[in-house]
Amino acid sequence: MGVGIEVTNLNAWYGTNHTLQDINLHIPANHATALIGPSGCGKSTFVRCINRMHETNPIARVTGSVRIGGLDIYADAKPVEIRRRVGMVFQRPNPFPTMSIYDNVAAGLKLNGYSNRHALDEIVERSLKDSALWDEVKDDLKKKSGASLSGGQQQRLCIARALAVDPEVLLMDEPASALDPVSTSKIEDLIFQLKSQYTIVIVTHNMQQAARVAEKTGFFLNGRMVEFDSTHKIFTNPSDKRTEDYITGRFG
Amino acid sequence: MTRIRFQQSLDELKEQLLVMAGLAEQSIQRAIEAYRVRDLSICDLVNRSEMAINRMEREIDQAALDLLAMEQPMAIDLRFILSVIKINADLERVGDSAKAISDRVRSMEQMAQAELPVDIPRMAALAAEMVRKSLQSFIEADAELALTVLTMDDAVDTMNRAAYKSLTAVMEEQSHLAPQALNALMIARALERVADHATNIAEDVIFWVQGEDVRHHKSLKTAPDPHAME
Repeated sequence: MGVGIEVTNLNAWYGTNHTLQDINLHIPANHATALIGPSGCGKSTFVRCINRMHETNPIARVTGSVRIGGLDIYADAKPVEIRRRVGMVFQRPNPFPTMSIYDNVAAGLKLNGYSNRHALDEIVERSLKDSALWDEVKDDLKKKSGASLSGGQQQRLCIARALAVDPEVLLMDEPASALDPVSTSKIEDLIFQLKSQYTIVIVTHNMQQAARVAEKTGFFLNGRMVEFDSTHKIFTNPSDKRTEDYITGRFG
Repeated sequence: MTRIRFQQSLDELKEQLLVMAGLAEQSIQRAIEAYRVRDLSICDLVNRSEMAINRMEREIDQAALDLLAMEQPMAIDLRFILSVIKINADLERVGDSAKAISDRVRSMEQMAQAELPVDIPRMAALAAEMVRKSLQSFIEADAELALTVLTMDDAVDTMNRAAYKSLTAVMEEQSHLAPQALNALMIARALERVADHATNIAEDVIFWVQGEDVRHHKSLKTAPDPHAME
């Protein structure tokens, strides 16, 4: 099951560039939360702070607290443990190109020391079913490589890979921006199904997509969270003029 | 990402609606004038306006539909287009009401003049004022002005109820004046509808400007929950 995320006084820097400033918000468990805002506003940095990827850059720095289900991820846990609990899907599908479909899904589990072949088979099948890819690849699991799939299938393969390690939170950084409308629609349907089991945070430039899949939406601008509210409120009657100007296309 | 062409399209939609609003307002004023001076040539003008209003209603709906489909508007832009679609329908009905009044004037022209216990000009002036104010609130995106229109509706309703009472009494007690009284009753009813449409327009302006749904604000407090009735 997903867990809630509590962010308190979060600040992030790249060198001297203060990219996130005093972010405070509660991301509810088992819901999809969308983050919108113009390029460079800090939304991707924010999700990278939720799974401690931001600090992999040597000049990056983070202060403040992020609690995932009560666990302070900067004080109480190691990055590797956090990344098992918090899966991430990127803009461009990035399957391991030489690995089979099966091995792509099993990769994270094998890294974590799983070796029971029967258990792996079950988890791979369940993950591919949860990512709505099973029916399309079940006959070629070990015959075809991840790179042989279409772009939309590759992205669902990456989601299956993220789900295989049984995370509580799924971060998606523009997961459908490189996909055609049919593949985009499948990813959106998938988000709808997955949010009953996981807490989903999705960064998107596509505001219609945010409106379709998310219950909550946050608007970032110049490293600050300008507004965080129900998606319905944000897209029909936002409280802040800057949010309204952005979503109506008056700047950005 | 500044959507200059979209903003121009919204401006054009507003201008189209204002042209239609001008026609509808003129139409109701002409119908009232036709009643006052019993001039059938003014009734002809009302009929012609009604046809123009009907044509504009279709054009505005199409333009609004195109913007919804092609531009996928959000927030205040979405509320604006929804309001335009609804105001468009109300203006068309104002045109219908004007024609209904002019039809009654034609009918009355063939009857003997009669003194009736109803102040149609006063009721007409109030309804026309509501239309004018509601359209002014739309032009200026002025929710405060729109709110003043809502407070005027009760007065027109009261006048309509009084007209019903006094004119039905005439029909009962002076049957030879029944046709004239019936026409006056129908005109009063048409004016009450015009005031309702002005109220709707004002509510739509408030929704557009403030994002607040103020419809049925009085009746909602006492209405049963429809979900509880299932």
